[in-house]
Amino acid sequence: MLSSIIWTPLVFGLIGLLVPKRFAAWVAALGAVITLGLAIGVLAGFDPDGGMQYITDVSWIPGLGVDYSLGIDGVSIFLVLLTTIAWIPAICFSAIRGTDRPALYYLMLLAGETSTLGAFLAQDLLLFVLFFDLMIVPFYFLFGIWGRDRGGEEDPERSPGNGPVSVQSATLKMIVFTLIGSLLMLVGAIAAAVIAADGGELTFSIQTIVARGLPEGSQNWIFWFFAAAFLVKMPAFPLHGWMPDSYRAAPLPALAVFSAVLSKVGAYGFLRVVLPMMPDASDLFQSTMLVLAICSILYGSAMAFTKTDLRLVLGFSSVAQLGFITAGIFAFDSTGAEGAVLQMVNHGLVVVPAFLIVAMISERTGSEELGPMGGLAKKAPVFAVIFLIVSMATLAIPASANFIGEFYILNGLFQVDAAWAIVASVGVALAAFYALRMYQLTMHNPLPDGSDSREISLRDALVLVPMVGIVVVLAFCPQLIIHGSEQAVDSSIAIVREVAK
Amino acid sequence: MSFDAPTIDYAGLSPVIALTVGLVVIVLAAVFDSVRRFGPALALLTYAVTAGCLIWQWNANLDLVSGSLRIDGLAVTLSLLAVIAAAVAVLLAIGDPSETQAGRSDWLALLTGSLLGMVILAQATSMLTFFVGLELLSIPLYALCGTNLRRRESLESGLKYLIVGSVGSATLLYGLAMIYGASGATGFQAISDGLQAGDGMLSDSLTLVGVGMVAVGLAFKVSIAPFHQWTPDVYQGAPTPVTAFMAVATKAAAFAVFIRFFLVALGPLADQWDVMLAALAALSIVVGNVGALAQTSLKRMLGYSGVAQAGYMLAGIVTATQAGVDALVFYLAAYVAMNVAAFAVVVIRERQNGFSDDISTLRGLGREKPLLAWPLTIAMLALAGLPPTAGFIGKLYLIEALVDDDWTWLAVMIAIGTMISLGYYLRVVATLWMSPAGQAEAGAEIDTASLPPQIAGAQADPFEDSRADRRWYLVAPALIATAAALFFGVIPQPLVDFAQHAGDALSVWIS
Repeated sequence: MLSSIIWTPLVFGLIGLLVPKRFAAWVAALGAVITLGLAIGVLAGFDPDGGMQYITDVSWIPGLGVDYSLGIDGVSIFLVLLTTIAWIPAICFSAIRGTDRPALYYLMLLAGETSTLGAFLAQDLLLFVLFFDLMIVPFYFLFGIWGRDRGGEEDPERSPGNGPVSVQSATLKMIVFTLIGSLLMLVGAIAAAVIAADGGELTFSIQTIVARGLPEGSQNWIFWFFAAAFLVKMPAFPLHGWMPDSYRAAPLPALAVFSAVLSKVGAYGFLRVVLPMMPDASDLFQSTMLVLAICSILYGSAMAFTKTDLRLVLGFSSVAQLGFITAGIFAFDSTGAEGAVLQMVNHGLVVVPAFLIVAMISERTGSEELGPMGGLAKKAPVFAVIFLIVSMATLAIPASANFIGEFYILNGLFQVDAAWAIVASVGVALAAFYALRMYQLTMHNPLPDGSDSREISLRDALVLVPMVGIVVVLAFCPQLIIHGSEQAVDSSIAIVREVAK
Repeated sequence: MSFDAPTIDYAGLSPVIALTVGLVVIVLAAVFDSVRRFGPALALLTYAVTAGCLIWQWNANLDLVSGSLRIDGLAVTLSLLAVIAAAVAVLLAIGDPSETQAGRSDWLALLTGSLLGMVILAQATSMLTFFVGLELLSIPLYALCGTNLRRRESLESGLKYLIVGSVGSATLLYGLAMIYGASGATGFQAISDGLQAGDGMLSDSLTLVGVGMVAVGLAFKVSIAPFHQWTPDVYQGAPTPVTAFMAVATKAAAFAVFIRFFLVALGPLADQWDVMLAALAALSIVVGNVGALAQTSLKRMLGYSGVAQAGYMLAGIVTATQAGVDALVFYLAAYVAMNVAAFAVVVIRERQNGFSDDISTLRGLGREKPLLAWPLTIAMLALAGLPPTAGFIGKLYLIEALVDDDWTWLAVMIAIGTMISLGYYLRVVATLWMSPAGQAEAGAEIDTASLPPQIAGAQADPFEDSRADRRWYLVAPALIATAAALFFGVIPQPLVDFAQHAGDALSVWIS
């Protein structure tokens, strides 16, 4: 069952190579929808109190002790749903507009979905690392082939605030940063399994390694090998150096899923691998991680309301949001971690429409710069309302699910130390600044020359409205996720809580 | 006094016999005009028979010719890799200027002779066969490097390889002599016994200098830094089919004897040489990867990358465990697949481009000729160790073996080397897919001065072939190797079994 969820997108991507070019997009969309259907099927039979479910365990490379082992629990199910949902608008949005070399484009996009789902479902440490590494490959091609150089001599959007970015160097920077982390993680993962086996039978099963336990001294360095990979992926301050350039160069639909889902794999990794496997080290480095998280929140927010490129505003706001999520996880408290899971889903759901809206704005104004924009709401009330909902959710206005998520996280932080929570709550206020600034500067004010305020087209609306609808529905019943993930989150942090006491 | 001739196990010797017979036939075929055309077919037939004999002897585990050769899992697996590489070289050389100018039969005879040396080397268990095999491998290769008679670089590379290779052989020979002096034996097992029996021989400076010199000599052959300086020049200058053969097959054969000599003959000294080899491996990883960053010639880049890859493989010997040998053989097999894919594409592009292997000639290939771009892309991703390729599993295997034996720092070195390597492997991928065709960067233009004179003139190069990307004998190796690199990345177990078959052969000596 879980295998079919993982491999369906890739199979449809390969089918897309065989059909005539103009059908490739719709084959891809069909694949994404079927994957979502399969994920909903799993959800229907899911028992929130049942621990790890739908377990698949097949020996893959017996010579190396690696198993093809999958499973789903209360944390991964929501991230799998987020993934399968997020890919549909990205594919449909590209399908409406058409792309160069469509068959290859959708193959890469769907291969990205396959590897991301694999990372969320893998229960074997090496399988997880493999999918984690694999994720970056299709996105390297997506960003590199379909991205474009920005801010060069001929670029009309050239502005003093944003230097020139070439696609090649941006993607190279991205993949080098990411792989620096994940190659160290590969060494760390192997070391963890070898040390835990202690001469016994070598296995990479996460549960077995957790049960066997690691000696405290080894935990300390293995912790950082894993943390490096996850923090780069998020990205968290100060390892976000690859983010601005690649965000500016990337094609927007691919960037939407990249920002929405791939960043969550890092946070998920902390919850799934680091806390249970290295509880002593997690406890030892709790303050360091919280400082990094708070820095991400403050730095991300500050950057988000000074940047004028819409992609960077969203990119840095993601840094801040991921800071919140990290803080929630490292509070070692049920409410904090549940809030973090909720916030992962919230952020993903909000970011996808946000990036697609950026693409529509740039179609209307010819630019992604905030400076010369404005007045787009004039003749486009529906478009404006959709964007307003997204902005409100981003700034976590009370009654939104994001508000509940951040509230839970802050609540968890209070249990550690009130000081952490107070500093972090500054980030909540800053979010209001940058989200409202983004909305106002694009939608309000007089319409400058050359901009075209036109209503959202029906096809685009069909793509965006369901996403926004899910955001609204989730605002009414966030407890679905809170309760659904409760048992899984508790078992993830149980060991580290034991140690922390 | 009667003299007993050693019993000869002809079944065990069959791969060597098959190659020798084939070699004679190929040389004789040169005399008859009507048969000469079928040289490549004869060579391929010879290799197929040899491979058949090797597979027939798959489970053999016995000493041959009074213990101077030994056919076992290690010999069979690594000989097979060398035979595959030779067969690919024969295909890639069809229509190549080097093969035509040097005379087809002569060229093929040299190649087959070198392969015979490799097969002997992979089985060598005595210092005599070790050295004979090594020279039989090397001398035809020196000549092969210079077979593109009209290119100065080719002749230069042959000469350079000859001189540097001779220095390496001489160093090795001195080392072997010293070890003979310390142990009083030439057989590998007897050396091990002799070293342990002799009083204080394990820490004797004569022994250790000998070990060091053997290591240096072998490091020359597998291009381990700091003995790698010849590699980029020779790789670039030699005809590309020869480079492909040299890069892959020499490594397979030389690593076979490296493993056997160090783990069997010098096994008692493992605590002395493991640190030395670890340092060489680490240095090689750094020097190879950093050196490759600045290259604009694809063949030079692959030369430096080969230095780094040799460093990764050497790490497998450092552990002195079966897992390490398994990992090395696995990596070597994966390396064959990825290098064959890369070099086949280089050969095709060279024939279409007036024999330039500059990276900028690859611009826009992804859009124009995806069938050429994909093999090179997959080869680069595999060399960089990205999933889902055999390169990733190979690195995984090596790191697992290293960490298991407490060489975590060397495992981290491999990880760091891999990060550096992304810089140049991905540059090739980016050139293939992310730059528009025909938009050469300033300074990256093809250096016309280094090309044969007829390129500059009006006359076309007779060896240029604009339809090279449709020739099955050039495209098939690229596609098959690519498929193998992907297949063993997704389903690695068959290759793991293959590698473990090599490691099992040494189970008597190492754990």
